[in-house]
Amino acid sequence: MKVPPVFDRALRRLGGPANDIAGARVLPAARLGGPMPWVIAIMVALCVLAAGGALALANFTARAEAGLNGGLTVQIVEADPVGREAQTRAAKALLEGDRAVAEVQAVPETELARLVEPLLGDAARSSALVLPALIDVRLTDAAPAGTAERLRSALATVAPSARLDAQAAWLEPIFGAIRALRWLAVMLIALLMLASAAAVWLAARNAFDANRETIMIVHHLGAGDAQLARLFQRAVLTDAAIGGAIGLAIGGVTLAFLGARFAGLDSGLVANGAFGPGDWLLVALVPVIMAGVALATARRTVLSRLGRML
Amino acid sequence: MAVNGDIVRFDNVGLRYGTGREVLSDLSFTLHAGQFYFLTGTSGAGKTSLLKLLYLAQRPSRGAIRMFGGDVITLPRQRLPAIRRRLGVVFQDFRLVPHLSAFDNVALPLRLSGVSEGELRQPVADMLDWVGLGSRADARPATLSGGEQQRVAIARAVIARPELLVADEPTGNVDPEMALKLLRLFEALGRLGTAVVVATHDVNLLGKVPDCLIMRLDNGRLSDPTGALRYPPRREPAETRA
Ligand SMILES: Nc1ncnc2c1ncn2[C@@H]1O[C@H](COP(=O)(O)OP(=O)(O)O)[C@@H](O)[C@H]1O
Ligand SMILES: [Mg+2]
Repeated sequence: MKVPPVFDRALRRLGGPANDIAGARVLPAARLGGPMPWVIAIMVALCVLAAGGALALANFTARAEAGLNGGLTVQIVEADPVGREAQTRAAKALLEGDRAVAEVQAVPETELARLVEPLLGDAARSSALVLPALIDVRLTDAAPAGTAERLRSALATVAPSARLDAQAAWLEPIFGAIRALRWLAVMLIALLMLASAAAVWLAARNAFDANRETIMIVHHLGAGDAQLARLFQRAVLTDAAIGGAIGLAIGGVTLAFLGARFAGLDSGLVANGAFGPGDWLLVALVPVIMAGVALATARRTVLSRLGRML
Repeated sequence: MAVNGDIVRFDNVGLRYGTGREVLSDLSFTLHAGQFYFLTGTSGAGKTSLLKLLYLAQRPSRGAIRMFGGDVITLPRQRLPAIRRRLGVVFQDFRLVPHLSAFDNVALPLRLSGVSEGELRQPVADMLDWVGLGSRADARPATLSGGEQQRVAIARAVIARPELLVADEPTGNVDPEMALKLLRLFEALGRLGTAVVVATHDVNLLGKVPDCLIMRLDNGRLSDPTGALRYPPRREPAETRA
């Protein structure tokens, strides 16, 4: 064997020579067989869906937050129309003069009425209903952290009826709930991987026991543990490749279909969860990770059983 | 390489299965490169058990065993495959791989040590010819007779030219003529430097190999009346290096 001594030592520690003994056809079948590929296919499909859901939610919150960050809303809640008008003008002037503010826009009363009309009906247009004046404020990117606080106290002097809110703050509870959902997806994926590992463990154990006689013979002829384990790894890899491809196809098509359905809702929403190429890459990683889990499980199973032989 | 051509050294080795009585007791002997040993004794005397110790299928319950100059009892198990590949074993029950042809069974040790397909085809075919199975190369073990399976097992044991050959009743299922032929094969291997240990209860075989040493097991104890096992006759270097 011509390998550098350091490799040779490492390989010996792994249990004998490194050469591949697939050519010896010790195992009669190239796969662990049975329902293994289908089990992996189902697990991969479910993981793909969970991962897709988590990624879509992540995209949605990221985009919504980016859209809302730096956005403030000032309401002038004042019943007297004249006072409201005056305070609005004063607040607007103050905000426009501030260096941290990039854009100030008073929402026209007619626009406001249109916004609440679906909720209040004709009452919205009657002068009896007092609507607050609304000012949309966009801060510059360079605005320091305490800007909202500073503006709030500044506004208090020129427009005592002004209420200032960060737009993102309204949605914070929703973002929090969505983050919890993402953790749920992560947990789901972890459990699915665990279940797959258990299935592989059972299948590898059965395959080992079914071929025990042959393995004993080859073991006595001097096959190393790593050489023997690699035979099972190859078998499980074949199953994982077949199952992974099927699972990815099922999960991917489902995700693409759902994506198309949700894209239809786009117009009304601040943001959506549409996938970029990076997201699809992460989804495509699912069967690869699953194959890794299957491989490691098969290896551990076989090595632990071989470890009981002298 | 082993010191002085010592392949195996047993010191006060004992073996018991589980909590039973000792089936082997106080075994002390040395096996030399190029020497042919017959291991005899009645059925149940412990021949197979001793061979199991030799081919590392069993650890002794006491005593020390050194092989190829190293202590195999304290050796970590991941180092054992390297030693097993220096051994050739003919199991009493053959242990051919059922789904492999005679050719593939014989090729197994070579494939395990990484010999390429191109390099192993001819030697394996030659070996099968030698044991008279050239025409049965593609046959599965189940379709071979007991004697034929035994010859495949022997071919597999010698194909990689082991430094120690251990054979458990290797001629038990073949006719006398083939038995002699197989003994010649083992002798030839001995001349190439292999220590050969053949267990047999067939006393007729013992006279067939000149220069053989006889290890006689009686109730798990080795009788060594001439002391040849413990203090083997010094052999001429030219003879050992043949
Ligand atoms: N695996 C085992 N477990 C318990 N006892 C065994 C085992 N193998 C052999 N023996 C016992 O050890 C003794 C020696 O057996 P064995 O080595 O097979 O003798 P031989 O090969 O000379 O016929 C016998 O009494 C046998 O019953
Ligand atoms: Mg026996």
